[in-house]
Amino acid sequence: MSKLDAKIPEGPLAEKWAKYKATQKLVSPNNRKKLDIIVVGTGIAGSPAAASLAEMGYNVKVFCFQDSARRAHSVAAQGGINASRNNKNDGDSVYRLFYDMIKGGDYRAREANVYRAAQVSSNIIDQLTAQGVPFAREYGGTLANRTFGGVQVSRTNYAQGQTGQQVLLGGYSALKRQVSLGKATMFPRQQMLDIVVIDGKARGIITRNLITGEIERHAAHAVVLATGGYGTIYYLSTLAVQSNGSAAMAAFRKGAFFGNPSFIQIHPTCIPVLNEYQSKLTLMSESLRNDGRIWVPKAEGDKRKASEIPDEERDYFLERRYPAFGNLVPRDVASRAAKERCDNGFGVGKTGLAVFLDFRDAVAKQGKKVIKGKYGNLFDMYEKITGEVPYETPMMIYPAGHYTMGGLWVDYNLQTTIPGLFAIGEANFSEHGANRLGASALMQGAGDGYFIAPYTVSNYLADEISNKVPSTDSPEFVEAENEAKAVLDKFLSIKGTQTATSFHKRLGQIMWTHSGMQRNEEGLKKALVEIADLKKEFWSDLIIPGTANEINQELEKASRVADFIDLATLIVNDALNRKESCGAHFREESRTEGGEAMRIDDEYSFVAAWEYQGADKEPKLHKEDLKFENVEVKVRSYK
Amino acid sequence: MKIKLNIWKQENGKTKGKFEKYELDGVDAEMSFLEMLDYLNEKLITEGKEPVAYEHDCHEAICGCCSLYINGHPHGPGKETATCQVHMRSFKDGETITVEPWRAKSFPVLKDLMTDRNAFDKLMSAGGFVSIDAGQAPDANANLVGKIDADKAFDAAACIGCGACVAACKNSSATLFVAAKVSQLALLPQGKIEAKRRALNMVAKMDELGFGSCTNTGACEAECPKGIGIDFIAKLNREYLCASFSEAE
Repeated sequence: MSKLDAKIPEGPLAEKWAKYKATQKLVSPNNRKKLDIIVVGTGIAGSPAAASLAEMGYNVKVFCFQDSARRAHSVAAQGGINASRNNKNDGDSVYRLFYDMIKGGDYRAREANVYRAAQVSSNIIDQLTAQGVPFAREYGGTLANRTFGGVQVSRTNYAQGQTGQQVLLGGYSALKRQVSLGKATMFPRQQMLDIVVIDGKARGIITRNLITGEIERHAAHAVVLATGGYGTIYYLSTLAVQSNGSAAMAAFRKGAFFGNPSFIQIHPTCIPVLNEYQSKLTLMSESLRNDGRIWVPKAEGDKRKASEIPDEERDYFLERRYPAFGNLVPRDVASRAAKERCDNGFGVGKTGLAVFLDFRDAVAKQGKKVIKGKYGNLFDMYEKITGEVPYETPMMIYPAGHYTMGGLWVDYNLQTTIPGLFAIGEANFSEHGANRLGASALMQGAGDGYFIAPYTVSNYLADEISNKVPSTDSPEFVEAENEAKAVLDKFLSIKGTQTATSFHKRLGQIMWTHSGMQRNEEGLKKALVEIADLKKEFWSDLIIPGTANEINQELEKASRVADFIDLATLIVNDALNRKESCGAHFREESRTEGGEAMRIDDEYSFVAAWEYQGADKEPKLHKEDLKFENVEVKVRSYK
Repeated sequence: MKIKLNIWKQENGKTKGKFEKYELDGVDAEMSFLEMLDYLNEKLITEGKEPVAYEHDCHEAICGCCSLYINGHPHGPGKETATCQVHMRSFKDGETITVEPWRAKSFPVLKDLMTDRNAFDKLMSAGGFVSIDAGQAPDANANLVGKIDADKAFDAAACIGCGACVAACKNSSATLFVAAKVSQLALLPQGKIEAKRRALNMVAKMDELGFGSCTNTGACEAECPKGIGIDFIAKLNREYLCASFSEAE
C-alpha cells in the first residue's frame, strides 16, 4: 500500500491558493494558441472550464453525449449555490463555509481543497451575475439569500427553484461565445469510450459518434473530464436517465485511481416510488425544508389522512431528535431518520415507504402567496407527478440516490494519477468528504471550472509547449480504437433475450438493498456474489437490436450498464473495506448507542484510492491520509 | 388500460418515414408517457423488433431533451407541461395516440422521433451571451437589479430550449426562443451594453437558418412548457426596431 501525494502547497491554509497562483508555471498568450485541450462533459464544471480555457487562448474541443451543451444534468439542480459573502450580516466567512463543509463531510475531505472552494465561492456569484444569470433579488436590488441544511447562516443564492438551470445556462452562454469566436469547437452527441495514454500522459480520447456510429479519435495536450456522477447505478435515482459512470471507468481502467467510490449521497426529499415501471425519481429541493416540517404519525400503521391526524398525534421526528437544526439537518442524517421511521412501521402512503413534508403551518403563517413565490415551480412539479396539491395536503417524500461524493482521485491540481488527465466537478472525489451539504455542488463544479482548472491546467501545459499534438495514427490511438470497437461488437454478438434496461434495474435493486442507505458486512458480501452472477448473465444473455453503424440507443445503454456493473463491484469493495460509519456511508456495525453514525478516526481517516489491476481482479488500495490542522475533529452533532 | 399507438418511424435523415401502428396492453394509468414508451420498447426488443428512437433525459421538465408531438400538440395534453410530465391518466382506455417528431425545416429528423435541434445552438452563438471573461466580473451587488426586473428576466430565462415553440408555429419560427434570450439580457444592466448587436445578430441568424417569420398567432405561447409569453416577442420587436434605427456599431 503506497501513500499518495496530494501536492498540497506549503504554508498557512488561507495562503495556499494565493501562493500557488503566485508561483505556478504560466503559458504566455502567444504559446496558448499552440496548445489543444479536450473537455468532456458540459455541465456546471465542463462548460465553464471549456469557456474559461478558450478565453485564455487555448484551443478547446468540447464533447457531450447530449444534442446540446445546455442539457447536462446540472440543469436540474434546484435550490441554490452557496457563497460566503456574508450578505445577511449573520457571521458568514470563508472559514465558516470551509468549516461547515468539512464538518458536513464528516471529516473525510481534504482541508486545502475545501478551503480553496470556499475562497472562490464569491467570485462565482460575481461571474454568473455578470453573464446575466437572474439571481433572486431583494426589492432594493441586492442579492437575496436562503438557508440550506447543515448550516446556521443564510448563504445560498438562488433563481427560484431552477438555480441549476440558470447557472448552467450562464456557463453554456460563455461557451457559445467562444464557439462564435472560433476558440472552442463543439462535438455534441459523442460518447467517450476511452482515454488515450501515450508515454504515460493523457493525449486524447476515443469517442463514438452517436448519430453515425463512427468511432473517432481526438488528440490534445491535456484532457479534462467533467463527466458528472454515477448515482444512476441505483437505476432509480434523481439523476437524468442517461447520466453514467462510463468516462470515470474508462479513466480508471487506464490507470486513474478512483477515490472513495462508496460515498454516495441519498437525498432525503424525493417523490417516492409510485409504480414498478418507474424510470426515475424526482427530487424535491432541500430548500423546502426551510418551511416544510417533516413528520409521521405517532401511532404505528396509522393510515388516516394527514388532515385527520391532530397535532398531538404527530411525530415531528427531526425536530424531536435534532432540536438545534430541526428540519435542516444534513441530508444523510435526514435520510436515515426517515428510513428508521419507515422501517419501524410508521411510514405513510400506499407502500409505507414515505414521510410527510408539511407546509400547513408555513401557509397559515406566511400566506399562500409568499410560499408560492418561494416554491411555486416545485409545488407545480409535485402536483403534475402525483396529482396532489401541496398547498392543501402534505407532500409525501422518501430518500433516493442522488450525488456521488466519490469519483476520480485528484491532487490539489485537480489532476488524476494520469498526468495530463484532469477531473473536475462531481467527476472527482474531492471537496465533499463523505457527505455533501446542499447548494455546494454547483459551487464546487463552477469553482473548478471558472477559477481553478484554468490555473492548474496551465501549470501543467507550461511544460508541454514544445510538444506537438500526437498524431491520431499513432499506435496508442489505433489500439484504443480497436479495443473500443471490440467491446461494441461483443455486445452485438451476444444476441440473447434480456434488455440492457432489465439488467440495469436488477443491478439497481442489488445496490439499493445492500449498498444504499445502510450497509453491513453480510449484505455487502452477498452483493458481490449477486453482482458477479448478474455480470455473467449480462455477457451471455444481452439483447441489442440493430447495428453499431447507426443511431442505436440500446447499444448506448448496454455500454453504460456494462460499466455500471464493474463500478458496482468497486463501490461494494470500498464499502466493505471501510468498517466505520461516516457521512452517507453508514455501516450498521459502527453506530453509537443512540443509533447515530460512529466514525473510527484512528483507522479510517484517509481517502481510499483504488487502482485498477486488470479485468475481474481485485483493485489495489492506496491511502491518502487526511490531516486536520485547522479544525478540531469532533463527533458530528446536529443536536 | 389498453391503447393504440400511431408512431412516426423513419430510419434516418435520408429516408422517407411513415406511421407505424402498435397496440399496447397492460398500460398503467400512473405511468408517465415516457415510461409507456419504454414499456413498448422493452416489448418490441424482446420480440426481436426495432424499438422506437426518442429523446429524453432529466424527466423533470428542465433539460429540454424530450420533444414529442402527441395528438397534434407539442408535448401533448396539459398546459405548461413537457412530455416527461405527461402521464397516461391523461388518456382514455382504448384511445389511439399519434406520436410524431417536431416538424420544422430547421429541425431535420434524425431517426423516428429524434430531430436535430443544433440550429438553436447556432442562434445562441450569434449573440445569446454577455461578453465577459472569467475574472473580469465586478461585485454582483455593484449593479443593483430591482426585484421586478430580476423576476421578469427570470421568466424569460426559464426557456428550456426544447423547440416546442418552433414545432407549434405554422411558420416554424423561432421568434419566441430568440425573444426570450434577447429580453432576459436586455432587462438586466449587465446585458444592456450589447443589447442592440444581440437583437440584430440573433434575428439575422434566425432568418439564415431557415426559421420562418412571426405572424403573431400565439401558438408558441400556448404550447410552451415553461409558459413563456409573447409579451417577450413585443419586447424583442422593440429592441430590434430601436437597434435598426440607431447607429451601426
